[in-house]
This record gives sequence, C-alpha cells and structure tokens, in this order.
Amino acid sequence: MPEAGPAEHELLRQSVRDFATNTSPEAEVRRLMATPHGFDREVWSVMASQLGLQGMAIPERYGGAGFGWTELAIVFEEFGRALLCAPYFATVALAVPALLASDDEDTKQRHLPAIASGELVATVAWRANAADEVTARGTSGDGYELHGRRSHVIDGCIAGLLLVPALGPEGPGIFAVEGGAPGLSHETRPTLDETRKQAEIVFDGCPARRLEPAGDGAAMLARVERLAAVALACEQVGGAQHCLDDAVDYARDRMQFGRPIGSFQAVRHRCADMLLDVESARSVAACAVELAPDGPQFGTAAHMAKAYCSEAFVRVAAANIQVHGGIGITWDHSAHLYLKRAKSSQLLFGNPQQHRAALAALVRSAA
Amino acid sequence: MSAAPTTMTGPDPSAPGALAARVERLLAEAPSPGVDGGVPFRAAQFEAGLAWVSFPVGHGGLGLPPGHQLVVDRLLRDAGVEPANLRNPIGYGNVAPVLAAYGTDEQRRRYLRACFTTEDIWCQLMSEPGAGSDVAGIATTARRDGTGWLLRGQKVWTSLAHVARWGLAVVRTDQDKPKHAGLTCFVVDMHAPGVEVRPLRMLNGKADFNEVFLDDVPVADDNRVGEVGGGWQVVRSNLDGERAAFGAEGDEPDPGEDLLAWWARAGVDDPVLTDRVMAAVIRSRAARLTAERTQRGAAGGAVHPAIVKLLSSEAKQHTLEVALDAQGVAGTLYAPDGYALEQPVRVGIMQGDPAARYLRVQALTIEGGTSAVLRNVLADAVLGLPREPRFDTGIGWREIPRNAGEYERKVRGR
Repeated sequence: MPEAGPAEHELLRQSVRDFATNTSPEAEVRRLMATPHGFDREVWSVMASQLGLQGMAIPERYGGAGFGWTELAIVFEEFGRALLCAPYFATVALAVPALLASDDEDTKQRHLPAIASGELVATVAWRANAADEVTARGTSGDGYELHGRRSHVIDGCIAGLLLVPALGPEGPGIFAVEGGAPGLSHETRPTLDETRKQAEIVFDGCPARRLEPAGDGAAMLARVERLAAVALACEQVGGAQHCLDDAVDYARDRMQFGRPIGSFQAVRHRCADMLLDVESARSVAACAVELAPDGPQFGTAAHMAKAYCSEAFVRVAAANIQVHGGIGITWDHSAHLYLKRAKSSQLLFGNPQQHRAALAALVRSAA
Repeated sequence: MSAAPTTMTGPDPSAPGALAARVERLLAEAPSPGVDGGVPFRAAQFEAGLAWVSFPVGHGGLGLPPGHQLVVDRLLRDAGVEPANLRNPIGYGNVAPVLAAYGTDEQRRRYLRACFTTEDIWCQLMSEPGAGSDVAGIATTARRDGTGWLLRGQKVWTSLAHVARWGLAVVRTDQDKPKHAGLTCFVVDMHAPGVEVRPLRMLNGKADFNEVFLDDVPVADDNRVGEVGGGWQVVRSNLDGERAAFGAEGDEPDPGEDLLAWWARAGVDDPVLTDRVMAAVIRSRAARLTAERTQRGAAGGAVHPAIVKLLSSEAKQHTLEVALDAQGVAGTLYAPDGYALEQPVRVGIMQGDPAARYLRVQALTIEGGTSAVLRNVLADAVLGLPREPRFDTGIGWREIPRNAGEYERKVRGR
C-alpha cells in the first residue's frame, strides 16, 4: 500500500472539496436529485479519470491507487458535506469491499478495473429487512440462479453489477449479477432523501456467479456491512459539519431585536451543542476508520460509529433548521436536504438501536 | 543513528523510542515506586525529565511537546506506577503548568520538584462565593504591606485545601481598574497565620471541597506569580488546563468502560436496559476519543479544551444515571455508612457504590466551569459568534453590581 502522510491527506481533502464545490453546487444537487438516475455520468467519469476516486482503495494490480480507508474516509466526508449526487457510496463502500473480500480472481479482474476507470457502477443488493429473501440455486454447470427480492437497493437501477448476499447451497455467500441479466427487474422507489436513489429489485431466476469468499461467507458479509456503516458515518460527519457551518453563518448574520441572533444565549448554546456533536462524531468515526477493515476491535468501533454519528447528524441537521427559523423550513433553503440525508442514512445499514444491539452481541461473545 | 553529539541527558529524547528508553531506564535504575509512598521514585522521575516532558530541562521536563507525556504515562501505568496526579491533582495539572509558564526560575526551583514528588500537596484559591462562573469577579484583596502583601477574603470550592502545603491564589490588587485588569496571582503558605480551612459538605455527605478564609495573610513579594495586574492571563491558562484534564485518561476507571464491564458480568438480557447501557458506553467512548485527540496535539486533531470538558462531564452524568437505574430498587440504598461526613484526600468519581457516584457526578458540570459558561466559551472562541451584550466591562470593578451574600447566608444559616 502506498504511504500517505498528513500533508498528502490535506491535499487530498482540498482537491476533493474543490471537485465537490465545482461539480456539486446546490443547484446541481437539486437538478440531479430530480432526475430518475440521480447522477451525472460525465462527472462520474471525470471523478475517475482526473482524481481516481473510485479506485482510491482498489489495489494497483486491479487498476486502482492502492490506498486504504484513511483516504476513503476523507472522500466520504467531503461528499457527505456537499451532498454530491453520485453512486459513490454504492460502488466504493459497498461493491468494492465485497469484491475485495472474495478470492474470485476472475470476477475481480473483470470488474475492479472497470470500477476504477469509471466505466462501471456497482452496488450490493443488501438484505434490508426480513422480507428481503433471496435464494441461490445451483444450475447445471457451475452457475447459479437467484430467486427473490431486495427492497432497498442503493442505486440499484443504474448498477451494471449487482452483488447479492444470498443463501446458496454452500451457505451464505455473495452472488454477482450483471445489471441487464435476464430475470432481473427493478423499479425506482421514491425516497425521503432524493439525493440517494433506491430500487426494488426482483430476481426471477437471474443467472449469477458465486464469489468465492476469502474466509467464511458470513464473515465476508459482516465485513461488508461494517464497512458500509463506517462509510456512512464519515459522510454523516461531513454533512453535520456543513450544517454547523451553515447555522453559525446564519446566526452571525441574521438580525432580530437589533442584534445578530447569534448573540442570544439560546442560539449560541444550540450552536455549541452542534459543535459538540460534530467533534465527538468525528472522533468516533476516525477511530473506526483507523481500525478498518481488519484491525482488532474493528467490529466494535464500526457499530459505535454508525450508532453515534447517525444520531449526531440527525440532531445537528434538525438544529440547523431551528437556527434558521422560518427560512429553514422552506423548500428553497438547503437545510431540509441535509435533514433528509441525515434521517435516511441513520436508517440505512442498521439503525442506531440495531448497531447498539450488535455491539452488545459482540461484547457478549468476547466475554 | 548518526554521529550527532549527545548531551548528558542522552540521545535526542524526541526521537521515536527514545522516550520509551528513558522510561525503561528510570524503571530499571530508580528506587522502587513502592518505597516511601513513591516519593524517591518520583524524585528520580523528575530528575529524568519525565515529570512534565513539556517543561524545560532541569524543571522536570525535556522541552518536548505536551502530547509526549502520554507515552510516559502509559508506560508507567503499564508498569504499575501510581501517577503523581492522583495524589496531587491540582498541583500536577493546574499549578505546575502555571509556574512553568509564568513563574520565576527561583519559584520553579522552589516548588516544582516537591509538587511532583507529592511531598507538597497544592490547592488553588480561585472561586469565591461571589465569583463562580464569573471568576474574574474575585473580591478577595491583597494590599501592600511593606515589601510584601496582606491577603484578605474568602475562597470556596478549594479541593485539597485541608491537606495542602501551598495554594495558588488569585486576588484583587486594584479595585479601581476594570475587573479583568486588577487581578494578581500569589503562592500562599497554607500554614501561615490567618489561613483557616473549613470543610464544605456536599450533597453526597462528603467534603470533597473546602472553604478557605484569609484574614490578613502575609505573602512575600517573591511569591507573586506573574506581573501585578497580570492575574487574569494566569487564570485563563489554568482553566484551560483544568478543562482538558477532565477528559484525560488514566486516573481512574472510565465510567463507560466500568458500566460495560458490569453489563457483561451481570448477564443483562433486558433489551431496553442493554440499549441504554450501550448508548452510554458509546457516548463515553466518544468523549474519551475526543480527549485523546486533544492530548495528541494539533496533528492529532486537537479541539478546544471546553469541548473535551463538556463531552466528558455530560457523558459521565449520562453513564452514572444508567448505572444507577440498572440497580433497580437496590439503587435506593446508600453506602453502609450513609451520609457520614468524610474528607477524602483524593478526588475521584468512581469511588463508592453507584448511588454515591451518581451524586458525585452531578458536580461535574459545575466544577471547572459550568456547562452553560463553557457553551458560551465555545460560541465565542470556536464558532466566532457575536458576543452577548455585557454590563461589567469598561468600568472600575468597584462600580459593578454584585451579590452581598444574602442568599448564601439564608441557605447555610449563618
């Protein structure tokens, strides 16, 4: 893995921030969120060709830059801050770790370089609830076919590759399905957070390939879900930071009773609370990032990060609306976009209560 | 390693591993930490520059960045050495940094070593009945008396005053200047005539704090710390140290970790209680991780000390609330000796049963800066929000309205 120090990380942060500022101003976020696919393929290509962000944590032998989660965390934080509309989370936080967790060299050689170059959008069709059953049956030869449905697949309509955790004859595993495969149907779902698209996907005998897990299949799934949780936590830190900055700017500016509202203690204290949430969430997310993907206690840190950062972001996004008062509850102000992102990312990939329960289970199993 | 010249103190102590090697050598060569209450060991630690590594060489330090102290503390803790700041928390964490920053060389030579060895316990005489959150409102005075000074007034919330050899006092030397400009710091001999220490009994029955009455206490001018009128600067740096220390690692078990260990031992299967426990554990961890960032310094993503203090104190209250609730009806009982008055010489929140701890942590958001004041500090210093209008600046201290103490007299019956 190439070495990068604090100076390189600062450069990376600055270039990602510049990229997001230029390609994802609020007007562009609003334009894209109103489109069915919710992203700009041109921007996606530039993101890969000029900044190499999709391949950031893909090893060099598969066409990536070979960095790790420390660098990815910076990108997720900055994209979360800008609400950048792109299938970055689905492709980079979900699909890439799932592919990397496999020993299936052919599939990796085929898809990872295409992801790194920006040609391929991929996602994991995760199991979002108990009704989300998918089973994999063996077919003649060494193939499989999938039956069932997944109801909350992030960027499922645009993905050229779907990685589907499912129960197969060998136990739990991950199965690869091409976006246009026969027997695959998908439907865009209206979402609370319009900047992140979801699809309901039905598998009716889709041909699939089983990704040979590097270890056991269940561990591979747990790892993918934990990394997704950590990526969301990083996004949440970035989004929360934006909301804090936004609230403080407004509180300095807005005059009532002959004073800036930021000079009233009620408003000052609300902003200070937002700061406490942002900084503590940053600490918890950073701890998980430091241990990702295989450090000791990574599971514990990942559950803590998703539980904590989710709630912090929701509190901060909601507080931002309150600091703004009337203008904050209008469609035209961006505050609601962040609240919607906050609430929806709180509920995706395990809500805080589920992560606390998972943490408890980990502690218990270690005792 | 290059052939760079080395000093008497060995190779460059900031080199990776060099600090650890120094600690190893200390552990190998110093008298055992178990001998004579650890005093000879701490004397050796002071000589080795491992007391406060950020202090100058010869004053218990090595001139390193403050974050390096963590390395030393962890290694010593792992070796089972009791940290000096457990016995002398105010001296170690508050007074010594002030003396290092503002004291004369003579004062540093006179006080730092015995402060670190814990032969001299320190307290700080700062808060007063009329100067709590508004600490610059101090009314205790010092007036000139020949070449020295006479101190007169009342201090309160003075931890460890009943065992302290010295106190660092902030008093008013000029009543006509604006409030922040008329303050000066002194080292007070707690055994001097005119010093009276009374225990201040708290809601948990214990007297963690004292009141200190100063009745024309003589102080020599060479015990003045900093310039006449320069006391506010000292107070500011002192408060920051105090707030940062609140989240620091190591002194006592972390309430969050302690709650988690209890949960695992008790085999709790109630999912609601489990959820509350995990939420408190995570919040505790968040506070601790943020404190660690600050201890690692700027490169570690240091945050304002008030952030650390707020997160840590509020997380501890949350945690002890859950810990006491988890006791169920057993939580209605108190320690076997009830509320008998005690004057502990160590200030710790993890002593006693959950009920005692629960009561103790109520103070955390008041001592060392109330949560309300600290939120204002953050609004000013970090967020740059416009300040509230205030009515106590630009006029002499004498002119500022203040309490005459009726409320306190009513509550306390005197």
